[in-house]
Amino acid sequence: MINFTQQAGFGLRRRKRAEARFQWAGRGAILISLAFLVVMFVSIIRDGAGVVWQSQIAVTVELSADEVDPENIGDASFNSILKEALREAFPEVDSRKEKKRLYGLVSSEAAFEIERQIRDNPALLGGMQTLWVTASDDADLYISGQVDTELPEKQRRVSDAEIAMLDQLLADGMAREAFNRGFFTSGDSREPEIAGILSSLAGSALTLLVCFVLSFPLGIGAAIYLEEFAPKNRMSDLIEVNINNLAAVPSIVFGLLGLSIFLGTMGLPRSTPLVGGMVLALMTLPTIIIASRAALRSVPPSFKEAALALGATPVQAVFHHVLPVAMPGMLTGAIVGMAQALGETAPLLMIGMVAFIVDVPTSILEPATALPVQIFLWADAPERAFTEKTAAAIIVLLTFLILMNLIAILLRRKLETRF
Amino acid sequence: MSVRLKTLVTTTVLTAAIAAPAIARDQINIVGSSTVFPFSTTVAERFGKSTDFATPIVESTGSGGGLKLFCSGAGVDTPDITNASRRIKSSEVELCAENGVNDIVEVKIGFDGIVLANALGNDPVELSLQDIFLALAKDVPNGEGALQPNPYTMWNEINPDLPAVKIEVLGPPPTSGTRDAFAELALEGGCKTFDWIKAMKKEDKAAYKSLCHTVREDGAYVEAGENDNLIVQKLEANPNAFGVFGYSFLEQNSDKVQGSLVDGVEPEFELIADGDYPIARSLYFYVKKDHVGVVPGIEEFLAEFTSEDAWGEDGYLADKGLIPLSDDERDDWAEKVKSLSPLSM
Repeated sequence: MINFTQQAGFGLRRRKRAEARFQWAGRGAILISLAFLVVMFVSIIRDGAGVVWQSQIAVTVELSADEVDPENIGDASFNSILKEALREAFPEVDSRKEKKRLYGLVSSEAAFEIERQIRDNPALLGGMQTLWVTASDDADLYISGQVDTELPEKQRRVSDAEIAMLDQLLADGMAREAFNRGFFTSGDSREPEIAGILSSLAGSALTLLVCFVLSFPLGIGAAIYLEEFAPKNRMSDLIEVNINNLAAVPSIVFGLLGLSIFLGTMGLPRSTPLVGGMVLALMTLPTIIIASRAALRSVPPSFKEAALALGATPVQAVFHHVLPVAMPGMLTGAIVGMAQALGETAPLLMIGMVAFIVDVPTSILEPATALPVQIFLWADAPERAFTEKTAAAIIVLLTFLILMNLIAILLRRKLETRF
Repeated sequence: MSVRLKTLVTTTVLTAAIAAPAIARDQINIVGSSTVFPFSTTVAERFGKSTDFATPIVESTGSGGGLKLFCSGAGVDTPDITNASRRIKSSEVELCAENGVNDIVEVKIGFDGIVLANALGNDPVELSLQDIFLALAKDVPNGEGALQPNPYTMWNEINPDLPAVKIEVLGPPPTSGTRDAFAELALEGGCKTFDWIKAMKKEDKAAYKSLCHTVREDGAYVEAGENDNLIVQKLEANPNAFGVFGYSFLEQNSDKVQGSLVDGVEPEFELIADGDYPIARSLYFYVKKDHVGVVPGIEEFLAEFTSEDAWGEDGYLADKGLIPLSDDERDDWAEKVKSLSPLSM
């Protein structure tokens, strides 16, 4: 007589322990990867958060008709007006070296800023006006507390004399930290205090637009044909293997292809989102095709068979009944592919998009750069203040990546039919 | 949309896309060295702001890559200017000539010092070029007129005055122009302090070059990538290591790292400018003369770059870390640029 209960209970405690061990190992793995993620996010946010604030210095400039002709604002020398104002604020500064330090407290953009403020508001003209201008990168580092004043003067970027001047300005309320709108509304610059991400953001958007317009219709077209209509033979096997291989090809290879074909043979303009988008489309195509085929395959064959049985042609059956059900999966694949393309730099290097571009591009035929390229260029810049910009640009890129992936998930949740 | 209209639209879009490059460029196109990039972009930005011309586009492709693009043809679809952290080679001039690029204007813009730095908190060390060569070359003299694979693992084995720490130098990879310049100026400079090696130069130039330029591969020299900021960060984390990078990074990070004295000279702005500091290289850019007048603004850009405001001793490029040429040399080069006199090798 076999005691089933006893047999079923045989080693039960041990099996339960193994179960618990496995589950704890799984939780541990998730915890460790989460910890890495948190460390990464915290360090990036800590480095980049400062970008929200920007130091400004107030200068009292003379804008009488002698200095600035109201009829002809562009003719005035705002640089000398600015320097005069700084000398007035610190009359004790007289040596050439000291003066250079004084002028270095404000950004090289400051003279242009005064001009712009006057153009926006001509009522400022005539008499003395106190205007806020952007502080230089080194002054900003001091004002935001990133300079270690304990160090000997020689080891600091900001000298004792500059610190004394900045302390005086701070005490008089002539220096402040304000919201840094410029970071989001201006293009790249070699001066960290005025460098912004708008040009690279616009470049990325235009590039992705071209990439999407090219790769999405082509990708789902290829997927539909291969999955629903193509005869299953050696040829289609070969194509399938090649598509899977292409998905694993390093992205720089697509850049080289773009260089020789799009730029070389077709003679398209260098550094433009058009070519960038075309290259990235080549890279995204396999991803979209594979995801779309998987989406088509997940639709139960009964849908198609029912349509065919009722007299629909194969094209009607696929387009009216299979495609609408598979669409969310295809879109998800496309968005994931786009997110991948958004983070690419290597292929863009080959086609000239790793470039210093100040102007914000407005069409796909204007030279542009992309967000990850901007991060790469800023990370390479010697100026210390670019560290903050680099981290901030990474935050912006991550935000867009997370948004895109979120949209992919929401789309799937909302539209997906479960069987 | 009728089928015919659709075809029409498609054809128009396609032709527009393919025919677009035929339109003339209205901005200057610059490629080349990543070392010259910070200076070139600074001038480009100021030029764009202070004139009515469009801001030039500056690509960072490396000196070699830049010259290859520059020499790939004479049409407006090729770059107008290329930056280089070394002088153009005669093979590159030939390549240019083959592709119809004949008149090249050379402009020397200044110097860049290469420093060997370690983290603050250590004593600054004093190295000679010979010490650097013995520490980093693959094969070194064994003291009896022959070569041996580099046996040194500690600095004080080379020179008893140096600290007793492991030789560990972080520097750029072979693809970098900084590495080329470092090999040529520092390693070769130390290499030829041995008379018999110097004599070798006349007999067997190839062997001499390979001996003097080859860096050891046993882990004492660590290729740390092209990003100099990364090297500075690694030095902070590893106080015993030394790093090789450009002077502007030393200047910006003086609160983290210090430059070693080389042959008794500190890597300081004035000392590099005077030519006292031994590891300094010249920076150049090259202009296609045929593009002057075709692409708008080239002459004005050149004038801006060679103005005292830019490359002078108190110019804005000096603030960015460019070591200016001497007054005479600046006058000389500015004159050449003004008359667009062609390159002579």
